[in-house]
Amino acid sequence: MLKQVEGSQAVAEAIALCRPEVICAYPITPQTHIVEDLGGMVKGGDLAPCEFINVESEFAALSVAIGASAAGTRSYTATASQGLLFMAEAVYNASGLGLPIVMTVGNRAIGAPINIWNDQTDSMSMRDAGWIQLYAESNQEAVDLHIQAFRIAEVLSLPVMVCMDGFILTHAYERVDIPDQGQVDEFLPAFEPRQVLDPNKPISIGAMVGPDAFTEVRYLAHHKQMQALELIPKVADEFNSVFGRAAGGLLAGYRNEDAETVVVTLGSVIGTMEEVIDEMREAGSKIGAVSIRSFRPFPLEALRHALEPSKRIVVFEKCLAVGLGGVVASNVRMASHGMAKPVYSVIGGLGGRAITQASLRQLFQAAEQDTLEGLHFLDLNQDVVNRQIEREEGSRRSGSVAENILRDIGLVATAKVG
Amino acid sequence: MVSAAEMLSVAAFEEGRFAQAMPSFGSERMGAPVVSFCRIDDREIRLREPVLEPDALIVQDPTLFQAIDVFGGLSSSGYVLINTGRRADQLGISQAVAHLPAGHVRTVPATELAMKYVQRPVPNAALLGALAAVSGVIELESVVKAIEDKFPGPIGEANIQAAHAAFDSVRAH
Repeated sequence: MLKQVEGSQAVAEAIALCRPEVICAYPITPQTHIVEDLGGMVKGGDLAPCEFINVESEFAALSVAIGASAAGTRSYTATASQGLLFMAEAVYNASGLGLPIVMTVGNRAIGAPINIWNDQTDSMSMRDAGWIQLYAESNQEAVDLHIQAFRIAEVLSLPVMVCMDGFILTHAYERVDIPDQGQVDEFLPAFEPRQVLDPNKPISIGAMVGPDAFTEVRYLAHHKQMQALELIPKVADEFNSVFGRAAGGLLAGYRNEDAETVVVTLGSVIGTMEEVIDEMREAGSKIGAVSIRSFRPFPLEALRHALEPSKRIVVFEKCLAVGLGGVVASNVRMASHGMAKPVYSVIGGLGGRAITQASLRQLFQAAEQDTLEGLHFLDLNQDVVNRQIEREEGSRRSGSVAENILRDIGLVATAKVG
Repeated sequence: MVSAAEMLSVAAFEEGRFAQAMPSFGSERMGAPVVSFCRIDDREIRLREPVLEPDALIVQDPTLFQAIDVFGGLSSSGYVLINTGRRADQLGISQAVAHLPAGHVRTVPATELAMKYVQRPVPNAALLGALAAVSGVIELESVVKAIEDKFPGPIGEANIQAAHAAFDSVRAH
């Protein structure tokens, strides 16, 4: 059913259609609306049987989801930013124990300095925690990926993180086709756990494993992710046949077949990029894009195949491995290893900075002319940076970076009176 | 709190069009200037950048003219609708809007109308009613449907009355 809804509400409705039996919630912006809406559905009796458990922290939220999943229930939680960091230990436990929890991450920057707006540093910090990570390009896809996520998680007995850009998607009102219950039931069978804690047939889960078997356990975790590489496209195909629209898969190309310049990215920024690409194509540019949907497992082969015909690669991401450069770029370089073509790493949209068509157009044109540096920060205010560097060189007691910069920006901003 | 942009997007959706409403990407503190955006199109909207060159601008609080460049990027054929009981030529913005066509800058006492009909200072419904009268970008009927969607019952009815009154107020001038 077509609806004009907030992204968070659309996701909450999708989760409810998946018939979760336990939802653990701790609020954090910009994810809060999702669990709030679900809480309302449980309280109002629209989502039953389901237990909605308010917990005291994110660590507790995922720990309770782990317990619930181990007891054989379909379990869900959602978080963002510092909340994801606070549950980090449990994130590794959920995957290490092989529990098919689905968790939404409403992507948000990580402090300090504190920032509530969008980038993807939070989920990227957990990229190697053993979860499957899917990234949504729109609210429609966020809905569709959550439905696929339960299926993927439960087939493999592995947790899945569905990442959607905070505010840009979670708080955006747009047209979303919410599936009907019959379709979801057809696509997503009842949860059949691989392992279950049952007082009548007691077992233990979570044994200590020493040097004699730890490597094998880890190898199997990797093996499972390699199985996911096979499964994710199949689930996407089956989703398409039931719901009649494409969503998910490992990656999606946009006008990239004959492109000389291919932009690789993930998340919602692809929409703006497609507009810029269409415009540049009309002006004769051979440019296209590849949007990564599954970041873990990372689709090395599928991406390599998509990048093969290109002359240059631009990796655009909303996170930074401080001291190295792009996180996604490093992964893409593994896929393009041995190919004789430049890979430009671009960091943009940090802490919610708007990514505009104008900036992207300039960026892509610079890439086409091979005038980009290897690591580029989109729309970086070099003056502000230089001022702080000068301050630090000029005085030992130069003070806090964040406060200094805010003061500088306050000075340069001009108030226009009409 | 449902923002005017969100309700406007619902109104456009009621007309079978594509619409996207986004909240401000600004500061999160009480009293800070707040911006929200709405795009309306006949095809799917892929763009995620904030609206930088609006075709229509609704100003909920005219004291903002002193603080920020409210009119930045406004299209030269654009519309301005200001929530105030005063006339546009009394607001000290004549220069800033001089390039706009005659009749494209209008005021409506939306907060007053909200106080009258809803008994609360919630000007959104009235502003959208007025927008329908000013710009023709949206039909009043769709605004009414969007209000009904968001606020079923007496609160919605009161808001619909405010929207009608604002529509009539703009049409009368």
